[in-house]
Amino acid sequence: SPRPAPPSRLGPWGGCCSPSCARAPRARAGASRQRPPRSPLLPPPSPAGTMQFMLLFSRQGKLRLQKWYVPLSDKEKKKITRELVQTVLARKPKMCSFLEWRDLKIVYKRYASLYFCCAIEDQDNELITLEIIHRYVELLDKYFGSVCELDIIFNFEKAYFILDEFLLGGEVQETSKKNVLKAIEQADLLQEEAETPRSVLEEIGLT
Amino acid sequence: MYDGGFQNGILNGVGGSIKKIVVHVTEYENNNFLFPQAKYISQCIDEIKQELKQDNIAVKANAVCKLTYLQMLGYDISWAAFNIIEVMSASKFTFKRIGYLAASQCFHEGTDVIMLTTNQIRKDLSSPNQYDTGVALTGLSCFVTPDLARDLANDIMTLMSHTKPYIRKKAVLIMYKVFLKYPESLRPAFPRLKEKLEDPDPGVQSAAVNVICELARRNPKNYLSLAPLFFKLMTSSTNNWVLIKIIKLFGALTPLEPRLGKKLIEPLTNLIHRFIASGNFWLQTSKVKIVIGAALYLGLLAMSKILKTHPKSVQSHKDLILQCLDDKDESIRLRALDLLYGMVSKKNLMEIVKKLMIHVDKAEGTTYRDELLTKIIDICSQSNYQYITNFEWYISILVELTRLEGTRHGHLIAAQMLDVAIRVKAIRKFAVSQMAMLLDNAHLIASNTQRNGICEVLYAAAWICGEFSEHLEESNQTLEAMLRPKVTTLPGHIQAVYVQNMVKLYASILQQKEQDGEKEAAQEITQLMIDRLPQFVQSADLEVQERASCILQLIKYIQKLQIKEVPVAEEVIALFAGELNPVAPKAQKKVPVPEGLDLDAWINEPPSDSESEDEKPKTIFHDEEQRHSRHRQPEIDEEELARRREVRKQEQANNPFYIKSSPSPQKQYQDTPGVEHIPVVQIDLSVPLKVPGMPMSDQYVKLEEERRHKQKLEKDKKKKKQKKEKKGKHRRHNSLHTESDEDIAPAQHVDIITEEMPENALPSDEDDKDPNDPYKALDIDLDKPLADSEKLPVQSHRNAENLKSPDTEAPLVGKKSKKPKKKEKKHKEKEREREKKKEREKKVAEEGKKVNIYEMSCVSNTYDIQGNLQNDSQVTVSVIFENKSTSFLKSMELNVLDSLNAKMLRPEGSLVHDGIPVPFQLPPGISNEAQFVFTLQSIVMAQKLKGTLSFIVKNDDGSTHEKIDFKLHFSCASYLITTPCYSDAFAKLLESGDLHMSSIKVDGISISFQHLLAKICFYHHFSVVERVDSCASMYSRSIQGHHVCLLVKKGENSVSVDGKCNDSTLLSNLLDEMKETLSKC
Repeated sequence: SPRPAPPSRLGPWGGCCSPSCARAPRARAGASRQRPPRSPLLPPPSPAGTMQFMLLFSRQGKLRLQKWYVPLSDKEKKKITRELVQTVLARKPKMCSFLEWRDLKIVYKRYASLYFCCAIEDQDNELITLEIIHRYVELLDKYFGSVCELDIIFNFEKAYFILDEFLLGGEVQETSKKNVLKAIEQADLLQEEAETPRSVLEEIGLT
Repeated sequence: MYDGGFQNGILNGVGGSIKKIVVHVTEYENNNFLFPQAKYISQCIDEIKQELKQDNIAVKANAVCKLTYLQMLGYDISWAAFNIIEVMSASKFTFKRIGYLAASQCFHEGTDVIMLTTNQIRKDLSSPNQYDTGVALTGLSCFVTPDLARDLANDIMTLMSHTKPYIRKKAVLIMYKVFLKYPESLRPAFPRLKEKLEDPDPGVQSAAVNVICELARRNPKNYLSLAPLFFKLMTSSTNNWVLIKIIKLFGALTPLEPRLGKKLIEPLTNLIHRFIASGNFWLQTSKVKIVIGAALYLGLLAMSKILKTHPKSVQSHKDLILQCLDDKDESIRLRALDLLYGMVSKKNLMEIVKKLMIHVDKAEGTTYRDELLTKIIDICSQSNYQYITNFEWYISILVELTRLEGTRHGHLIAAQMLDVAIRVKAIRKFAVSQMAMLLDNAHLIASNTQRNGICEVLYAAAWICGEFSEHLEESNQTLEAMLRPKVTTLPGHIQAVYVQNMVKLYASILQQKEQDGEKEAAQEITQLMIDRLPQFVQSADLEVQERASCILQLIKYIQKLQIKEVPVAEEVIALFAGELNPVAPKAQKKVPVPEGLDLDAWINEPPSDSESEDEKPKTIFHDEEQRHSRHRQPEIDEEELARRREVRKQEQANNPFYIKSSPSPQKQYQDTPGVEHIPVVQIDLSVPLKVPGMPMSDQYVKLEEERRHKQKLEKDKKKKKQKKEKKGKHRRHNSLHTESDEDIAPAQHVDIITEEMPENALPSDEDDKDPNDPYKALDIDLDKPLADSEKLPVQSHRNAENLKSPDTEAPLVGKKSKKPKKKEKKHKEKEREREKKKEREKKVAEEGKKVNIYEMSCVSNTYDIQGNLQNDSQVTVSVIFENKSTSFLKSMELNVLDSLNAKMLRPEGSLVHDGIPVPFQLPPGISNEAQFVFTLQSIVMAQKLKGTLSFIVKNDDGSTHEKIDFKLHFSCASYLITTPCYSDAFAKLLESGDLHMSSIKVDGISISFQHLLAKICFYHHFSVVERVDSCASMYSRSIQGHHVCLLVKKGENSVSVDGKCNDSTLLSNLLDEMKETLSKC
């Protein structure tokens, strides 16, 4: 059956523990290693808060969530996404979570089959960004209850809503996990059809 | 298995069908050979389009939700922008939420419909449901545009004092985005933002800290006054996120206020202890290996910071850092490279570079190798070669680098070779010998002829050997090498340099031979040149060809003279007399323009267009054959040469920018002894080269050590002497003496330690700031008291009446006619219909009575058409603004929504949606005219452009922000220019037969024929060619050069117009317009 095998849980901060994560194919590593002068195609330094954008993608390079805090055209977004996904996937598990890319710093972390990847400005703190990623995963985990990649795929709008409650315009909006979840739950109550995230999985027979 | 069930599912209805797409797409990912995804998706999009057409908002919202998913997969959904707005404005939160999500994902500044959202967002912002407000704020943060920021700034500012902290924190955060888009809002909003620093809710407080930190980081000096407040926060707050931000802020503030530094020490120490504790937490909760990687990275990062203050302590870890170069992780390697850059000194440069060279050899992948290469060159050349003590070593490093295969930095190496050879005089002899070897071994390098490939170094080698040919020992051999047939495979620009420099070389050989009296040898070398040069004359590269053929003729002439036994060497060498001096890159810019010199004035009157048109084609294009068969005898005789030389010298003497060969003061001091004593030749002899022709830089390391040792011994001797003389009793043991940087004297001096500048150069001006910096606009003094004019514009409510169709506004016309103006009288009739569209009456509803009436009369039918010869696609629209209210109008901005065909010409650098400010303010009862230029692509159709005029109304009650919408009508007639035409030319035009024809007939015309013609001439820009009784021929031309001919005939009660024109569409549109005018007669 072509049905996808149940993915391993992201687990409580499970990191890359699944046996399937052995080695990502070594793609054109370092396509972006060099930092060429800004081509005119790229916009001037964009006004934004700390974070420029956040991407979630799978080990196969499929985009699962994207949030842009800088105004860019679709073409540019696609280009950046493609380049970054390639670069990050080409890195080995033992390598550090930071890389310099163009004039931004990329901070990424892998949770089971998902990569969480953020771009910050040069002067910004990498560790706090790692913390933000982690906090977001914790929020997802609390909300979905032991979150897995499929939860994010099937309830992508919920994933966005949670992110929006946590970050706004690239800045941390609410540092208290409790408050974020409270806001989301109350907003969900406002929806008439209160569908639980669990039912989705039942619907496609994955319980 | 997949049986299409899911595909049916999507048709079945609302619930869960988004999941079907998701499932299908996910399945697809797993077996993409089974299902053609593109086909499935296009089917989905078709279904979504159907769903969007339905009235049921739930269906629509679901469709939009599906689109949001598809957008993430990379499909364009911009076509659905309007549907997204529909969903945004749904009353139910469920749908609104989806609408805003979709908008935040796919709207950007270029989205046209975004301006339609203003009112909806404002409504949501003031919604009683805090989640409505929240979702609107979140969405807005992603797609806020300058327009939205301006219109909504006041609403958001109000929300900053909302009763719910949930709204307050969102409003505070989004204010930062608003400031960036609409900097004028910063000053009015700042006091409130400052208040929020002491908000009881920690979330709001942290939001305010975030915003102020970001603002202050860009322009710290404006925020110094907040330091005490932040100091208090830092000592009292327990939120680590907030503390990190505050520390970041203080990092920006301390350089401006040194006293802050001392005060910060104590609280910072406390914090560090706490952070260490939280760092431990990190270690416990995260995967250890990630932390190790991160720690290595951060350690290196920290080291680079320590390096700036305590270089010595980092330098002791050199080996460790060099080890990091072996790390698999590229981020770490690059960090290590950065560190190395900072930690080199005179003492360790050679060692570090040696290690790097080993890495270059080991490195896999050209990109990393290139990175290493540039780093090596960066490290060596930093601050004017400060750390290089032995340039022979550096040259040999550069030569070694040429052996790298596939590098893309040939150009960089070449530039370094040239730079060193030109600026370090003492090294020239050595450099020339090395370059000669490179030229000799060119076949090793030339194999890679790609752009920027390593063959670029041959460019430098050829130039250096030519320019400094006097230092060359085996000149003949080098010349031979340059004349090899293989050279013709090099890129054109390198060949060109070869050709030019082989003549320099030839000249110096010639001189040498003549001095030695070896006439035959001199003739031989001339013959060699004549034999080999033709291969360059045949080059496909124009530059090479031209240079080669010039030089070939010159040499043939020299040969003639040689046969007559005339000494020529002096003359030939004089061609290249004069030395090239290095000049600082900014030198030219710094020469002040002399008084009375106008650089923009013409020196000669420019030649007329017609002349150049005739000549140009002939001079540019030549037949290849013609070129070869051309008589090429240059006929330069002795006198002519002498004369030319004289003229050139005189020109140079008069030219203030020509750097003369007489030694400049800077050069004199560099020629001081100390340079000469270095035994360059000795070194050359003492180094047995392993690879013939290729120098080994390693040898220089040893030699350099010896040299330093010698130097040290000499110094010590001196010291001993001095000490003896001084009878010093405290003699230190020599072995304790550590070598410091200052002790190592460089073997050669670099010219231009301070950049060589022209004598009367202006003092250095600051480097210009980047004009594109978006944060620059936020550099605003926040301590000044707020002026009235700076208050945020408050949108006043419109009376419902205004939104009705124009025909309800008939009474306005009467009102307007009370104040008729000259221009209005002129075009009264035409204007009336326009003004119906353009005038809007505004009332302030709260007060329940009319307060202000603003009117704008756009006299859009008086187009000035400018530059119709050069610019056939521009029209100028003059607009008259009249203020009929009793208030003062200011900051007027006219904005037009561009169409594909017509665009408003905006000043360079402004965005497509920026308005153009009207260059004046309007006191009550005053009118003024402003002009706007539009560019048009096609003029065959009439155009209508929608636009808005926004302005600020200032009266006793304060200021309000207002808008008037209007339409600009570009009729086809406005593209016509009244052009007189003679009847014979007119007849020819009609006969030519390439004009399209069309005609109209209008009944019920009562006015006289004379009057009628005057109308056509006036409104439609025609001129009468000929008139016979009740029949007239008329002519006009469009700005793009279409001819329009009319034959107007008047019958009893009717008029018929026959028209002919190059463009049938233009003609029919023109006639339609004419019909409208005439039917009103």
